[in-house]
Amino acid sequence: MADVPAVLEARRREHDERERRGVGVGVRALGPKNLLAYLALGAVAVYCLTPIYWLALSATKNNTDLFSSFGLWFAHFNLWQNLRDTLTHSDGVYIRWIGNTALYAGVGAFAGTLISVMAGYALAKYRFVGRGLIFTLVLGAVLVPQTTLALPTYLLMSKVSLTNTYWAVLLPSLLNPVGVYLARVYATAGVPDDLIDAARVDGAGEFRIFTRVALPLLRPGMVTIFLFQFVAIWNNFFLPLVVLSDPNLFPINLGLATWNFDPASHELLYNLIVTGAFLSVLPLIAMFLVLQRYWRAGLAFGSVTG
Amino acid sequence: MKTKTAPVAVDVARPRPGPLALLAGARRGRRKLGRRVVPYVFSLPFLTLFAAFFFLPFAYAISQSVFKQQRSGLGLGPPTTIFVGLDNYAKALRDPQFWDGIKRVLLFGAVQIPVMMLVALALALLMDSAVIRFRRFFRLAFFIPYAVPGVIAGIMWGFFYSPSFSPIRQLATTTGLPAPDFLGPGLVLWSIANIATWEFTGYNMVIFFSALQAIPQEIYEAGRLDGLNEVGIALRLKLPMILPALVLGLLFSLIGTLQLFNEPLILTRLSGSITSHYTPNIYAYNVAFVDTDYYYGGAIAVILGLVTFAFSFGFLRLTRRQSGV
Repeated sequence: MADVPAVLEARRREHDERERRGVGVGVRALGPKNLLAYLALGAVAVYCLTPIYWLALSATKNNTDLFSSFGLWFAHFNLWQNLRDTLTHSDGVYIRWIGNTALYAGVGAFAGTLISVMAGYALAKYRFVGRGLIFTLVLGAVLVPQTTLALPTYLLMSKVSLTNTYWAVLLPSLLNPVGVYLARVYATAGVPDDLIDAARVDGAGEFRIFTRVALPLLRPGMVTIFLFQFVAIWNNFFLPLVVLSDPNLFPINLGLATWNFDPASHELLYNLIVTGAFLSVLPLIAMFLVLQRYWRAGLAFGSVTG
Repeated sequence: MKTKTAPVAVDVARPRPGPLALLAGARRGRRKLGRRVVPYVFSLPFLTLFAAFFFLPFAYAISQSVFKQQRSGLGLGPPTTIFVGLDNYAKALRDPQFWDGIKRVLLFGAVQIPVMMLVALALALLMDSAVIRFRRFFRLAFFIPYAVPGVIAGIMWGFFYSPSFSPIRQLATTTGLPAPDFLGPGLVLWSIANIATWEFTGYNMVIFFSALQAIPQEIYEAGRLDGLNEVGIALRLKLPMILPALVLGLLFSLIGTLQLFNEPLILTRLSGSITSHYTPNIYAYNVAFVDTDYYYGGAIAVILGLVTFAFSFGFLRLTRRQSGV
């Protein structure tokens, strides 16, 4: 990451250093005084992880054991059969759902990040008429979430026969006002004006400056925006629920919810629902594990605003 | 940082006197024009999306909300659409089912948000001052639930609550304690609140912790010289410094609470206490798609959008001095 702006890089290093040395206030080591603090944090960690532990464990049980065995320990190990059943149920529709979710979240977050970064960069680095208005629109869109507008969005889409297509989920998912806001913060802090001016003097055009100077500097910030938009689209339920009716277009969320709601078969599907739910959280957990630095950076906005 | 000129590819010869000067002048003019136009070009994709999926739906919902579908006479003929002005809004404001949902999410927020925020704040303060080891583990453990989609969290906790599955009830039964009825009319709202708390406490905690870590350490030395103890430092120094993070956390919780939908909807199959108007969003959804009254459903969506905006905007104004937003 040679392109990380020096300021941010230095701040991060200092932060990691402090974290390693454990420089907080006062207490430095594990002693009786802060044992209580560890107990409190440990208790909350158990609360946070138990349902996921339960989910992982339950994915290894068949339908009978789900009901009859103790919920927090193993019974007959049935994971492989569960996986086979989940992936082949209704002609393998679950595999389609995985593909759909990857498409919605992957393509949506990738394109959405680019769009947000372009707008955020413009807001941060250009003085132009309407800049204040655009920023107000961004904030307004942050304050009124899209969930509120899913219903009229559906009605509008049905006018142009867009409902029940991939576009119906993909296009609205591209709009990411929080991403624009973050991109503006990152561009203000991470792309020095001098650098842009120097590039101009060297005769580079504005687009070239954006793609060759700004984007490389903004790459870490873009990973953060991508990560959060990816999760938001992956988690979105209301929009697909409203605009889709063909199960072949469903994301995993909506698909599992229909299995969960199906009164005729849900008793038989419990192990499939549990296994499907477990499978669907794995990619997100893996992403958060691998990209720890980036979600931490994204959630540090509380300390960069103002 | 790299030197200033490094990453820029120089593809154009510098303007030189002579026959090239004219060309260079034209080019410079184009540059200047480009610099004026380019921010609009960069903002255009966002603005297009904003128009298509924010402004237009909102305007459309408003324009539709002044109509109503009516069936003539015996209801045999084709339905006709008639203009009713603000009737749908008046109807919503007098609709006990709509108010029932509004009151429920407000009660939910009045209890769940403070509890979650206090826990998140306490965890962040503890981790900042008293917990040094396993920080990465704790932060990750607290944050993992955020990675679990609301629907999956609803399904998962639904199993935890359901009488035939619940490991909590299994534990209670084996110890001889009365097993709580998580999905009964008395508890189900708080069972949903627990799901929301589980999902978002860690998220808020990480926001607060990041803000705490960004505070320069010298301030604490000054505080200690002034005779403040750890608690005094936490309350008098740390808390005011992370107010912007607190305000943002509260804001997103407020918006999320007013929009409550996924978790109660998922639990409806398990709990008879969750009605078709349990939250305003569930009501709007049911009015539109079950009763197929798009006009009235649209009016409810508009009101909910305006209420959300009023709450969050009012909250920001109230806390403007603290939030710095």
